[in-house]
Amino acid sequence: MKPFVYERARDAAQAVAALVADPDAVFLGGGTNLVDHMRLGVASPDRVVDVTRLPFDRIEQLADGRVCIGANVRNSELAAHRLIRTRYPMLSQALLAGASGQLRNMATTAGNLMQRTRCVYFQNVTTPCNKRQPGSGCSAIGGYTRYHAILGASEHCIAVHPSDMAVAMSALDARVVVLGPSGERRIPLVDFHRLPGDEPERDTVLRHGELITAVELPALPVAAHSLYRKVRDRRSFAFALVSVAAALDVRGGTIADVRIAFGGVAHKPWRATRAEEILRGTDATPEQFERAADTELAAARSQPGNAFKVKMLRNTLVAALQELAGAA
Amino acid sequence: MDSLHVVVNGARYDLEGVDSRTTLLDLIRERLHLTGSKKGCDHGQCGACTVLVNGRRINACLSLALTHDGDAITTIEGLAGGDTLHPVEAAFLEHDGFQCGYCTPGQICSAAGMLDEARQGQPSYVTDDADHVELTDAEIRERMSGNLCRCGAYVNIVAAIRDAARPAHGS
Repeated sequence: MKPFVYERARDAAQAVAALVADPDAVFLGGGTNLVDHMRLGVASPDRVVDVTRLPFDRIEQLADGRVCIGANVRNSELAAHRLIRTRYPMLSQALLAGASGQLRNMATTAGNLMQRTRCVYFQNVTTPCNKRQPGSGCSAIGGYTRYHAILGASEHCIAVHPSDMAVAMSALDARVVVLGPSGERRIPLVDFHRLPGDEPERDTVLRHGELITAVELPALPVAAHSLYRKVRDRRSFAFALVSVAAALDVRGGTIADVRIAFGGVAHKPWRATRAEEILRGTDATPEQFERAADTELAAARSQPGNAFKVKMLRNTLVAALQELAGAA
Repeated sequence: MDSLHVVVNGARYDLEGVDSRTTLLDLIRERLHLTGSKKGCDHGQCGACTVLVNGRRINACLSLALTHDGDAITTIEGLAGGDTLHPVEAAFLEHDGFQCGYCTPGQICSAAGMLDEARQGQPSYVTDDADHVELTDAEIRERMSGNLCRCGAYVNIVAAIRDAARPAHGS
């Protein structure tokens, strides 16, 4: 590991200033991804600013029904919180579907959003990777692609975002609250992560020095009837091959409201807006669920190693919607 | 080089000259010479390094030591009360919950932390009713998935934890 200066942030403004003053400085959350990357040589900051003791550790319901999740709330606490379990069950399930008990006790809300792809070529510094070393090429294209993207990829990068939590937050219309050198701004979660395009080294729209302080969830009544369904190579402690976060409100057989996002299939949590458009106002039938899935997946482009994901995702979405419709 | 103040297994350590690159696991093993906690994968995937920090189980290999200033840490060496074994330790002996033993300190610390999580009502991915967490075998397997055993002693590990979870063994 390359030597670095460790400092503990005194307050949020000082943390932001510390990064602004040093282009090679990074924030440290739970460390579960960053410390590993520093050991692997994927990340080599010269300054590590520990923000885990900043007072962003609460889950609060605001007067207008929104829920504000502090950036330092641990994944295990968030998953267990009654507000989250009852009003946004897909989020609790997504968190519990991710990582292990130990890692969920360490990982923070902000860190979960900022974690990087588990593409094996990104994590192996001996192989070319446009995300790790822009312009060096993509080793995954033509390589091992079982865990790679089928939606929104580019000729420069076919990596996927690994988070489960962020998939649920995408479906829930969450907003990321960010403090920067010129003040605070709110970024819709669906716009927070990027598609790779020709700049795969940029995972998010955050600028250097911007610090996540919270994630806000809207009141969103439909979310109370929601689930997260994850398909993986082993039953626990594995990244998604595909996953679906879905919320459904059926009234008299007709879909009044719906939210859908996919995980494990794109460079960012994939909000399935085309499927939602088709479903809103139609009958809650298997035929309509299949039509919505096929429409959303018409743009899918697979690799030799992950062509199975298209059908797997279609079936997972239909099954998730049927489960929600059946329990309505 | 920085200073660090931690309490490990009830003993206070005031350490100087801690390299910022030192993980909590390396600090415990190499500096404090408590070698019960094991280095398996060193990537947070095997759980052999599991310790309790302020009562919560974490992977010590992925945690920088300097982030733990002021924390209370319990390792496998500190679980027992004198000559009285922790209920999870006793159950592992009773059920032969190991073969080579390398993963065992992590398994036991993880199980101790996991039982507290369950008592506090924390759900898992396989929990149906979060208001009444019951540690079935499926629950134990899911909650212990962060601890690998290359000998494959899982059957007896699950049996030991099931036994330790019974109310009579509550610590």
